[in-house]
Amino acid sequence: MTEPILCTPDETFVLNLGPQHPATHGVLRVKLTMDGEYIVEAEPVLGYIHRMHEKMAENGTFAQFMPNTPRMDYLSALSFNQGYCMAVERAAGIEVPERAEYIRTITVELNRISSHLLWWGAFILDLGGFTPLLYAFDDREKILDLLEHVTGSRLTYCYYRFGGVYNDIDDEFITGTREFIKRLRSRMPTLYHDLVTGNIILIKRLKDIGHISPEVCRKYGATGPVLRGSGIEYDVRKNEPYSIYPELDFDIPHYPEGDCMARYMVRMDEIEQSLRIIEQSLDKLPGGPVQAKVPKTLKPPAGDCYAAVEAAKGTFGCRLICDGDKGPYRLKLRSPCFSNLSLFGEIAEGMLLADALAVMGSLDLVIPEIDR
Amino acid sequence: MDTSIWRPILYLIGVMAFAGVNAAWLGWCERKGAGHIQRRIGPKEVGPYGLLQPLADGIKLMTKQLLVPQGVDGILFRVAPVLAMIPAITSMVAIPFSATFHARPIELSVLLIFALASIGMMAILLGGWASNNKYSLISAARSVSQNVAYEIPMLITVITIVMLSGSMNLEEIALQQKGGFWNWYIFPIAGQSIAQAIIMPVSFLIFFTCSVAETNRAPFDMAEAESELIAGHMTEYGSMGFGLFMMGEYLNIVVGACLTAILFFGGWDSPLPFIPSGVLWFVLKIYLLIFTFIWIRWTYPRTQIYKLLNLSWKILIPFSLAILLLTAVFIKIEGILI
Repeated sequence: MTEPILCTPDETFVLNLGPQHPATHGVLRVKLTMDGEYIVEAEPVLGYIHRMHEKMAENGTFAQFMPNTPRMDYLSALSFNQGYCMAVERAAGIEVPERAEYIRTITVELNRISSHLLWWGAFILDLGGFTPLLYAFDDREKILDLLEHVTGSRLTYCYYRFGGVYNDIDDEFITGTREFIKRLRSRMPTLYHDLVTGNIILIKRLKDIGHISPEVCRKYGATGPVLRGSGIEYDVRKNEPYSIYPELDFDIPHYPEGDCMARYMVRMDEIEQSLRIIEQSLDKLPGGPVQAKVPKTLKPPAGDCYAAVEAAKGTFGCRLICDGDKGPYRLKLRSPCFSNLSLFGEIAEGMLLADALAVMGSLDLVIPEIDR
Repeated sequence: MDTSIWRPILYLIGVMAFAGVNAAWLGWCERKGAGHIQRRIGPKEVGPYGLLQPLADGIKLMTKQLLVPQGVDGILFRVAPVLAMIPAITSMVAIPFSATFHARPIELSVLLIFALASIGMMAILLGGWASNNKYSLISAARSVSQNVAYEIPMLITVITIVMLSGSMNLEEIALQQKGGFWNWYIFPIAGQSIAQAIIMPVSFLIFFTCSVAETNRAPFDMAEAESELIAGHMTEYGSMGFGLFMMGEYLNIVVGACLTAILFFGGWDSPLPFIPSGVLWFVLKIYLLIFTFIWIRWTYPRTQIYKLLNLSWKILIPFSLAILLLTAVFIKIEGILI
């Protein structure tokens, strides 16, 4: 005879959320100790798709590691691509032509928008709304088409090269991007904000849920929209400017509430800011080469350098230690979602399961990037 | 005398056929509707407009092995899906499709339907309990508290209608609303006092909200909240076990729509007196209501269980009680005035 599950009110039980679960968006496992529907303790268990990216970097040349970068955060692949390129360029002292920097900015911001759009759809899906996902994909599709046109791939772009970009952009891309900006601007207020942001059920699900204080962010090293949703105006693009960002005029959206709604609004505003950046970059786009002269086998002098970029999820940092050989001696990657997930255990305590999943959705996790 | 015995039996067979076919093609409607709401095409490969898709799905479900996982309560696990279907089918017997098209006049048909609806909830509870799965168990616990919370305002609203019509017979209730849309209980300008007409749309909203919650449909689909509880009570079910749960769900929607149509939209009554009334009007009304169910599901995100319960206990129950009291007062005043 089988034993039914016994659960008295003062007894807790363990619920394994994942590794296969619709809300974890990948192979993440969270070990939850539950009291009824309340979470007593939450412990994220990582490593299900650990692929030793850092070790792979040590074994190959600089160029050989290049295709690994978009496989970490496949949703904002270009940011990771850029971060690694910048680290190597710093180590080898390569100057990137100005046109290449503009092209990098345009494409990386397009990629940021596509990442935020996908997050938006998937987040509403976590909250039980199916339809917005398809609308977001409709707009994202346009970005993928544009990026496919210049980079040749649709998701795991490996577009940047040490000292430039692989391919120059053409008029078709520029007019397409301008049309896309117009299209998204017209759709944002009606489709995104009227249909979803203003929805009473959504507001009730997100307001005052999952409060993350700036102290918690500091404790776990959270960056990106999670940190900005806690009211800290920190963005690598402004605080440690790189590329051409100092020449552009854009704001850092930040909301002091620290709840899910704040993180939601930060990302929605960031889409608008990215559109502004792309618009300005397109206007200022200079002529010239898109690739600097770089030796075939790159042998940077021995040294230690660090480059950080603002990826869609937060700060992506690359610490590169070279020993004068043709590959990295050590490559340490600092990926944003790892830190952002780390605070989940502390935040989820005492929360309802449904709210905890809303919080997890609002962190915008990409699992391959956590595990690397 | 013979016909009076055969009539319910034939009717039951008819209802079962209707139930199966209806559930299957409502699934198609839902997918097609969702597709168009989401700017997709929806099913289109099997048959014209994908119309044979439910058939293909049905064959697939029936040919799959009915897997009973280890450690489940075997009997309850097998009984639960059947229990999801039986009350829904049975309550179809009490529903009059038109003045002549019904199984047999049942004096307390309103009561019967609500009694059967409560049994339907047992299916989720048993399925969730017997599955030996923690997600299913949470789902079962949720559905019980949800059903308790939402049956109260629903019943109070129905009592309001019963007070207005003075009958618990659905046929009688429908007959009292005949002769045009101004007689329907959703906004009875004629027949009742004006004050009554003003509060009735609120009553309808409460009833409709409750029927969405009672049928476990989004945005109140707590029991099968897929991003939280995988598939809730259906997590461990495959094959026709799952199929029966799905059919039960669609049948509950049909029953809910039928009740709403009879209680608030005059049943088979045509909106204007010179257009003949009939069963077609009834079918049109229930499918419009079902479309509304689908429309809501594919538009809104899901609520959260405690907010859902608060909505019932703090808003719907007080409001429905107030409407009940007001109705009693209005009826009394009318009696005094006349």
